[in-house]
Amino acid sequence: MDILTNLALGFSVALTPFTLMLAVIGCFLGTIIGALPGLGPSNGVAILIPITFTMGLDATSALVLMTAVYYGAMYGGRISSILLNIPGDEPALMTTLDGYPMAKQGRAGDALVISGVASFVGAFLATIGLMLLAPLLAGITYRFGPPEYFALYMLAFCTLGGIASNNQAKAAISACIGLGIAMIGLDNTTGMPRFTFGNMHLMDGVDFLVAIVGLFAISEVFVFIESHGQSTSIGVRLKKVTVPVRDILASGWTMLRGSLVGFIAGVLPGAGASLGSFLAYMSEKAIAGDKAGFGTGNPKGVAAPEAGNNAAAGGALVPMLTLGVPGSGTTAVLLALLMTLNITPGPTLFAEKPDVVWGLIASLLIANFVLLAMNVPMVKLFVRILQVPPHVLLPGVTMVSFVGIYSLSGSYFDLLMMVGFGLLGWALRKLDVPTVPIILGILLGNNMEDSLRRAMVLSDGDWTYLFSSPISIGLWIAAVVGFVAPIFLRPFLRRPQAITD
Amino acid sequence: MTFGAAAPASAAMECIAPANPGGGWDFTCRQIGKIMYELGLVDEPVQVTNMAGGGGGLAFAHVVNERNDDPNLIVAASQATATRLAQNAYGGLKADQVRFVGAIGADPGVIVVAADSPYKSLKDLVEAVKSDPSSVSFAGGSAAGGFDHLKVLMILKKAGFDDIRKVKYIGVDGGADAITQVIGGHATAMTGDMSEIVGFLKSGEVRALAVLTEERVPGFEDIPTAKEQGYDVVAVNWRGLYVPKGISDERFNEIAEMLRKVAESEQWKEAMKANGLAPFTKVGGDFQEWVNQVIKDTEELSREIGVIQ
Repeated sequence: MDILTNLALGFSVALTPFTLMLAVIGCFLGTIIGALPGLGPSNGVAILIPITFTMGLDATSALVLMTAVYYGAMYGGRISSILLNIPGDEPALMTTLDGYPMAKQGRAGDALVISGVASFVGAFLATIGLMLLAPLLAGITYRFGPPEYFALYMLAFCTLGGIASNNQAKAAISACIGLGIAMIGLDNTTGMPRFTFGNMHLMDGVDFLVAIVGLFAISEVFVFIESHGQSTSIGVRLKKVTVPVRDILASGWTMLRGSLVGFIAGVLPGAGASLGSFLAYMSEKAIAGDKAGFGTGNPKGVAAPEAGNNAAAGGALVPMLTLGVPGSGTTAVLLALLMTLNITPGPTLFAEKPDVVWGLIASLLIANFVLLAMNVPMVKLFVRILQVPPHVLLPGVTMVSFVGIYSLSGSYFDLLMMVGFGLLGWALRKLDVPTVPIILGILLGNNMEDSLRRAMVLSDGDWTYLFSSPISIGLWIAAVVGFVAPIFLRPFLRRPQAITD
Repeated sequence: MTFGAAAPASAAMECIAPANPGGGWDFTCRQIGKIMYELGLVDEPVQVTNMAGGGGGLAFAHVVNERNDDPNLIVAASQATATRLAQNAYGGLKADQVRFVGAIGADPGVIVVAADSPYKSLKDLVEAVKSDPSSVSFAGGSAAGGFDHLKVLMILKKAGFDDIRKVKYIGVDGGADAITQVIGGHATAMTGDMSEIVGFLKSGEVRALAVLTEERVPGFEDIPTAKEQGYDVVAVNWRGLYVPKGISDERFNEIAEMLRKVAESEQWKEAMKANGLAPFTKVGGDFQEWVNQVIKDTEELSREIGVIQ
């Protein structure tokens, strides 16, 4: 079989003691980078690129190291989500919803192991998908034009309200704040700056990482200061770490479905890992129903987004390699690395440079196994973080946040903005408004608006263009079903939920 | 490390890429930095700093206001830098507040359609726009008013089509993204750079209608220039560097000499070939004048199309 010979070629390139060592180092560094708030996979990889030149690595070795860091960071993002309620990077946002409640119940170890296995399943299946279907899948990208992307974002938005099961109005307000923030910056359709107040720092809009770190990490510090260290949510009980075999088996289907949803989101360049983990979480929540207790520490609520975001990370490599279109910030950096190594991804890459492509795929598989082997035993080490008293831990987190955000653009303005978001997060916490929808609003709002405006330019303002293809009609139906159906069906199915706050 | 007068030259050089990793400026910094180190022109690897913001404006302001006499700083620049300076998008800062060292390669502008498009030549496409502007849409990697958009407008202006606000243009996230929109049939034609279409040309999914250079590009001899089709438009996205204004002439010449050596190196030739760049070397004194002329021309055009007042 072709694929087997190709894979053998790949492993012959990637499986030397030296590259294996690089994979281990990369996985370790990646996990740390992912776990630290403010340092995400894309700036992590970017920071490490010069090392590959200094070390004089050849193309394959450099790729092995960087993809190991990439996958490692995707694994690592979950750690701080679960232990500290601070997402290590934006795709790990959804993992906080059930991961942190699990940690609070003393099941931090379980959550880490389950999410580690889910990450493995997602990344593994995505790598297989990349291997078998990459050239074929590139075609999907062509099918998605502005109307299809707009419908996809509408689908995501229509399910957003369900994210906070107690008070949907507060979730909606929170999402609107996010949408408002997304409007800041250069308007792509007219080339004019909006809401920047003439400040050049705002021209490119607000980076999600600044918002995430501010809303989650910095606001935690404010709460801590306000209560003189009495009522911080950091610091949770700890039980003995075991492998929760039953929970892992029970969430088997969840992981598979999450991987599929995440992979498809990853393949679409306009979607990416954050949307992948979001849709994976929301679809599992819908399947499980309200009684399953999503948002209160359901293991499936940890498994779904982790499988989703790691599968999306693999999926994002499909358009990057076959079309040269980076599906995410990190793949954009990997693209830059490839181009510096004089490898130009595109439709002919698979035929012209099989050693690079299959070496990359082999190294992804290696990295994934290394990560599984490393992560599950390392859980014991990670949960130790919880034993660090908050008055020691929080200053450390703050310091890492400042350094990480400063490394994004090297400007103090982002730091001020981060502190501003911290204050906003503190105020919203007082009002019991969930902050996750703000991030999703920023994340989705930009792309949604761009798709709509592009569609309107292309169609001369004809609204029917939005429903002009089978794909967009299908997505619209799903969106309407996801949004409207629960409103009308709920009274018949069960008593409306009481608003508890 | 030596001390005294020669010390700055042996300290580590820094190259600012005024954008996130992955774009053209990032490529410029990383390639030039890598080759300088490989050629032994610098003792330590060149450190690349990504300073995204304001379409390069943040880095420009940083250099002018805070690093004006740093002898070890180089900054990636391109046609996009000139376009934005021309459109006064850098908060009132002007091109003469830094020194442009040189360009060492250029990405020729191209207009491409999908392989199954009914438009066989640039003339077909231009005539279609002239007869019904709403029947043709363009996709490009820059925002409205950016260089990719301007390429189309320059051609249409040469063709005598003045109602340029009627031209449909969507700015997407980069040239490769624009091309997928064209192959998928969502937009009629893509306006971008040669480097962005090389792979798609080889795979036969697109047809290049015109390249916007004086002469046909080596390696792509079957793509006609816009000029020979009767539209005298030349638009290349040059890649180069600028340095702070306040450094000594001596240091400026040293950096220019280093850049020239990079341009002549085998490594750079290889990198250009792999990435679809055409040779385009203008280094040293007269480059600043050339940039000024480019900025002046772009300013006039931008005013005509209404991007600036």
